[in-house]
Amino acid sequence: GIFVTSGRSMVASSRSYADFTPEKVDLHRLEEGPPLTATLTREEGLKYYRTMQTIRRMELKADQLYKQKIIRGFCHLYDGQEACAVGIEGGITLSDHLITAYRAHGYTLTRGGTVREIMAELTGRRGGIAKGKGGSMHMYTKNFYGGNGIVGAQVPLGAGVALACKYLGNDQLCVSLYGDGAANQGQIFETYNMSSLWKLPIIFICENNQYGMGTSVERSSASTEYYKRGDYIPGLRVDGMDVLCVREATKFAADHCRSGKGPILMELQTYRYHGHSMSDPGVSYRTREEIQEVRSKSDPISMLKDRMLSNNMASIEELKEIDIAVRKEIEDAAQFATTDPEPPLDDLCSHIFANDQPFEVRAATPWTKLTSTS
Amino acid sequence: SSARPLQRLSIVLLRKVNVRDALNQAMDEELERDEKVFLLGEEVAQYDGAYKVSRGLWKKYGDKRIIDTPITEMGFAGIAVGAAFAGLRPICEFMTWNFSMQAIDQVINSAAKTYYMSAGAQPVPIVFRGPNGSSAGVAAQHSQCFAAWYGHCPGLKVVSPWNSEDARGLLKAAIRDNNPVVFLENELMYGVPFDLSEEVMHKDFVLPIGKAKVERQGTHITLVSHSRCVGFCLDAAAVLAKEGVECEVVNLRTIRPLDVETIEASVMKTGHLVTVEGGWPQYGVGAEICARIMEGPAFNYLDAPAVRVTGVDIPMPYAKILEDHSVPQIKDIIFTVKKVLNM
Repeated sequence: GIFVTSGRSMVASSRSYADFTPEKVDLHRLEEGPPLTATLTREEGLKYYRTMQTIRRMELKADQLYKQKIIRGFCHLYDGQEACAVGIEGGITLSDHLITAYRAHGYTLTRGGTVREIMAELTGRRGGIAKGKGGSMHMYTKNFYGGNGIVGAQVPLGAGVALACKYLGNDQLCVSLYGDGAANQGQIFETYNMSSLWKLPIIFICENNQYGMGTSVERSSASTEYYKRGDYIPGLRVDGMDVLCVREATKFAADHCRSGKGPILMELQTYRYHGHSMSDPGVSYRTREEIQEVRSKSDPISMLKDRMLSNNMASIEELKEIDIAVRKEIEDAAQFATTDPEPPLDDLCSHIFANDQPFEVRAATPWTKLTSTS
Repeated sequence: SSARPLQRLSIVLLRKVNVRDALNQAMDEELERDEKVFLLGEEVAQYDGAYKVSRGLWKKYGDKRIIDTPITEMGFAGIAVGAAFAGLRPICEFMTWNFSMQAIDQVINSAAKTYYMSAGAQPVPIVFRGPNGSSAGVAAQHSQCFAAWYGHCPGLKVVSPWNSEDARGLLKAAIRDNNPVVFLENELMYGVPFDLSEEVMHKDFVLPIGKAKVERQGTHITLVSHSRCVGFCLDAAAVLAKEGVECEVVNLRTIRPLDVETIEASVMKTGHLVTVEGGWPQYGVGAEICARIMEGPAFNYLDAPAVRVTGVDIPMPYAKILEDHSVPQIKDIIFTVKKVLNM
């Protein structure tokens, strides 16, 4: 149909949907994988575009603020991997559950957090999503269990959430994410075992961005076929730079779980533009050429943009407007994050115990009296 | 016939219940009371529990609520914590607390700290329980006391019952608590019977976590202890009473939060303090108690330095004669009391 966008331009015959064929899908112990065509509606496309662009801009702003020393400590940025978070959320619902490791800002957003409260958490302010108590690696929303700092620990936690879903009989599932670096952790194999034994509704997702900190997959893993590492657990590997691939794979995996078949493992091949964290320039263990090549050939946002444009699903102007709106949202959030006050000192000792009477907390010296409230 | 004046008979019905059964009954009642409570651990279901603490529960509640795990502590402790995140109320058993070292990251970093890191968004209602400390002849890797290690960490409640009333009341309290509780049992106490009153046997009987109990009143010296050593203190007190020394015996019941007020009140009365524990001396429970007494109002009432009786600072040996000399004995407590009282 024909439509008008905010009086600026008229786009003739913009498509409301398009069919795409995902790239290849590698299967392990699966007779068949996700369907070979995917349908993207205009609405979905614009939504995915906006969300990915929001994550991208948010992470770049965080980079800026970190270099200005307004953000401190650890800061692990997600730019390059946006299609994973957005595609996964496209394949599940907000009543499903998700847990990941420390590269978590994108997921905090897709799981219902706002840019404002994410950025204010990074800057350690009282308006932060964890009131400034958690920081970059410890952000939580409903059905999103962080943000976890200890490599691999989040995977058994996710299986526990899945166990609760099965126990309560609510047809929900848990997506449990980890990286190529974490993929060799013993506790993950312990989790594969128990999840399979007990047929827990868990989707294991390995975000393989090729590097665990400064160690490439070839140097860390005797087997880099992470989608097969679950052994008896069926697995699939898809292009993590393509938001549609990720979505279709997630939908497929979710169906598998919800039909009571137990766990399934997805490997998403993706890439991070930044180093491991803000302390890592990211070029001592990989080449700038490699980073540039991925940016120019496989950028997830560019890929989606090109798809939508070449299929007449949106106009350049329309997407530019989204970019402008996103930039404004980020600027406003950054403004809030740099002006909101730090948490009050009264909050220092609060949130030790839930549902408890206030109690005294030992301070740095015996004479200072501090109180903890729930 | 003419009515006789009514006589009121006061009968206190007591039942002999050993610590194992007290724990078993506590879990049974809490499983029945709240569907969200479940138990997982090695051998808890079909084996009836490695130490039979969960005997009969699997038969009664089935696979869904009593779950046998593979021998993978890090994994199943993490699963238990995740289940607590999502609203269930798991009881995670470590066959002994020595094996918790495999999983300690999940206890501390995933369970203890999460409510704080999330600024109150994510409570963690979990109980970790199992036998702690020395047993008999199980040697170095199976005999460590973890009261000091876990007692060190904010975000955890750490409980160490001595008798059946403690075991029952504190386990029920722990299961009903919305916070992570480390519950340190003692294998050698499992088979020991104690008299329990009807009040204690009531299904809603709970003991407050964080409150110590004065087990024996005394005037000359305060003995503070936890778990099995409480019994040794009472035995020592009985011997000392024959020599005219009256010991006040304080049963901590909870390691964290420490009930320093009860200890202070006792020390302010007796003027002398001895702590008794099975764990190693360095950076231990007794060390913490002495430091707190130094820093508080009770210091001015001390007529002698506070002293600790502890396990010997060595890995636990196997041979009986060596093992016997690795743990605090009643004679050590008596000796120490007399030293502190300058007798």
